[in-house]
Amino acid sequence: MLRLNNLNKSFTNNLGTTKNIFKNLNFNMKQGDFVSVIGSNGAGKSTLFNLIMGNTELDQGQIMISDKNITNLPKHKRNSFMSKVYQNPSFGTSPSMTVFENLSMADNKGEVFGLTLGLNKKRKNFYKKNLAELDLGIEKQLDTKVGSLSGGQRQCLALIMATLKRPKLLLLDEHTAALDPKTSKIIMNKTNEIVKKEKIATIMITHNLQDAIDYGNRLIMLHDGNIILDIGEEEKKTLSVEKLLNIFNEKHVRPKDDEVFRV
Amino acid sequence: MILGTLEQSLIFAFMVLGLYISYKILDFPDLTVDGTFPLGASVVAFSLVNGIDPIVAMILACIAGAIAGFITGYIHVKYNISNLLSGIIVMTGLYSVNLRIMGRSNIPLFNINTIFTSGNTIIKILLLLIAVKLVLDFILKTKFGFALRALGDNEVLLISLGINEKNVKIIGLMLANSLVALSGGIMAQYQGFSDIGMGTGTIITGLASIIIGESIFKETKFINMTLLVILGSIIYKFIISITLTMGMNPGDLKLITSIIVVAIMGSKNLKRKKGGVKLA
Repeated sequence: MLRLNNLNKSFTNNLGTTKNIFKNLNFNMKQGDFVSVIGSNGAGKSTLFNLIMGNTELDQGQIMISDKNITNLPKHKRNSFMSKVYQNPSFGTSPSMTVFENLSMADNKGEVFGLTLGLNKKRKNFYKKNLAELDLGIEKQLDTKVGSLSGGQRQCLALIMATLKRPKLLLLDEHTAALDPKTSKIIMNKTNEIVKKEKIATIMITHNLQDAIDYGNRLIMLHDGNIILDIGEEEKKTLSVEKLLNIFNEKHVRPKDDEVFRV
Repeated sequence: MILGTLEQSLIFAFMVLGLYISYKILDFPDLTVDGTFPLGASVVAFSLVNGIDPIVAMILACIAGAIAGFITGYIHVKYNISNLLSGIIVMTGLYSVNLRIMGRSNIPLFNINTIFTSGNTIIKILLLLIAVKLVLDFILKTKFGFALRALGDNEVLLISLGINEKNVKIIGLMLANSLVALSGGIMAQYQGFSDIGMGTGTIITGLASIIIGESIFKETKFINMTLLVILGSIIYKFIISITLTMGMNPGDLKLITSIIVVAIMGSKNLKRKKGGVKLA
């Protein structure tokens, strides 16, 4: 499904010093995989997403999706078959437009935005049903401007919009970090439900270790641009936050590329 | 006087509609309009003097405006020049272009066949304005219109919908500037001449109209944004013509307009600071 071949990326700062983020990073994931990514700040999680989305240019390497090389594809073209949900709820929606208008737009993702009517009236009931399942009351506010919804409601809407057209790859960038625990739970459950039902290949960055363990069928830990831990479905079931924290601490003390097992 | 003011305000309304697209929808303070307004006038004047049909002349003005908008958009998205500066650059360049088109600093259009030569002036303007408003209303309801509106709101979303946000921005500016040029072209025919200096302050006039319309009609039902800016344009022109009849020096007009814009925007922003106004 998604294959990263020998990714290399370094940044040069104003003083001219170069920092290597990724050195020959390799990663594979299958159709329907739900991978949680953990790692401390600066581990390269966000850079990884930016490279996949095309926001940051790659120095070297290849990004393949369904055996198609997308390394040189401009970002808006990549976005026509993949989606990202951001930490900030306002990135995924258009605040001055109504819920209905936002959903109709999302339903046209990857297609031509031409001079045909924008509202998708045929799907109105489908949207309502979908929103009602969340139990956040958005279904009654279809004609409300998104800007006047709460952060949690907006993030739910952003998630639904991102998955409405069943993307090949879904990237979740700490998408519940800015929400209260209750809404966060609702969104995590909805995410899990959508991903399982639609079998969307998903990568989720999270700082919540419990979420990383509870959701998804695979867990990887990034450190200094390397995948230093890759736990599959079976092993993941026996995992606990303490175990993970121990590993976390260990890796922090002596993490040199060569001593750490590679993937 | 009232009729004359109304006619002028309706002609300016085309320009205000254009500015509404760039300033309000795209969130792009497009200074190109100060150059596209006289550009439209120049193109129409040049065409009419050379015996071209007035309707065709106005279409040519729209095309010229669209080209100007394209250049502003292109240098903005392609070379990463800020939106304000892109507009200023093109506006400045257009001054020379307009001089070239006209061959001198003004062209009188007396004894030349214009759209106003026969028939009722205000009805013609009104019909054309309604047609443009309806077309614009329709465009804003289409998928493309949605993309346009989303762009001013949230560029990230537009990209994530698989849309090339740069193209949408350029097309939006082309649309906006073609309306401004159309407005200039009609104005030249209405006043009977085209002048190189007639564009000065266009953007401020337009801004004043938009924010006057917004502050009066924002909460009113059955008045959508396009109608709102047209009404704003009419009210603004009447305010100006009343101040003129009260003995104001016409030369002070631009200063008055600037002060009006600062006063309304300033009071809005101060209210927002105190938490009085909800996020727009």
